[in-house]
Amino acid sequence: MSVVIGVVTFPGSLDDRDAVRAVRRSGATAVRLWHADPALHGVDAVVLPGGFSYGDYLRSGAIARFAPVMETITDAARGGMPLLGICNGFQILCEAHLLPGALVRNEHLHFRNRDQRLRVGSVGSAWTNAFAAGQEIVIPVKNGEGRFVADAKTLDALEAEDRVVARYMGGNPNGSLRDIAGIRNEAGNVVGFMPHPEHAVEELTGPSLDGQGFFASVLKHLTGVRSDAATVAA
Amino acid sequence: MARVVVDVMLKPEILDPQGQAVAGALPRFGVTGVASVRVGKRIEIEFAGEPDLDQARLIADKLLANPVIEDFTVRVEDSAGATV
Repeated sequence: MSVVIGVVTFPGSLDDRDAVRAVRRSGATAVRLWHADPALHGVDAVVLPGGFSYGDYLRSGAIARFAPVMETITDAARGGMPLLGICNGFQILCEAHLLPGALVRNEHLHFRNRDQRLRVGSVGSAWTNAFAAGQEIVIPVKNGEGRFVADAKTLDALEAEDRVVARYMGGNPNGSLRDIAGIRNEAGNVVGFMPHPEHAVEELTGPSLDGQGFFASVLKHLTGVRSDAATVAA
Repeated sequence: MARVVVDVMLKPEILDPQGQAVAGALPRFGVTGVASVRVGKRIEIEFAGEPDLDQARLIADKLLANPVIEDFTVRVEDSAGATV
């Protein structure tokens, strides 16, 4: 049975269609989820896409966090469901306290849109297990408020617990502390990532195919979970 | 009608590039001697009945401010704009 991945559309989401396309190209079935509908429609994992949910009013992600669908997603993620927040999705995950820290305005105030070199850190997450630790990848960044901040204690804990999933290389595009581009939660099922893997899955439009690794990872993770369950059942 | 005013500011240790940009523009119209500028938000809340400071604090804490990066203050203001 095919893995089913939900992609949420909030008012102001931009990259939901690209995320759906990336999911389909990975071999999974994509299901569109709507911000006002709390039902998850049987999905195995969820992607919160990039964009400007609710116009980024107040703070990026601050209002989306209270969308009806987010309550169900938060509960499911606490129960182990894989959840990937890309760009605005990462901001929402921090606002929802599913991940520590916050994303604030880029240090230099400029919107940055470029192909970004990254070094993969933790491969112990549902979304990065198909990479090798230390692997260099290229994924586009495009953000105005992508600067990850947290207090020193939180940053130290993220590093000590191997929870930084990637760092910027060849220039930090937004002033993110300790060059952090993405982090995971303790369990590894929730990942927030500022660059856009869904824009790096096709040769025609992307700078690389490295984004495919995120979707391959979650397929590997979910199939592994299922075969474990089958073994237990047997 | 009395209203509750919530002021939200970035914590002192969080860099405020927006404030820096404002400060950087001041010399362009001849203002010198400003050491720093920080930009925050002012939110005015009008309750249907009496102003409820506890409710206002809940609103500020859950939605208006992100305690990871921001501090807030809550106060009641009368219609003339004076703090009560």
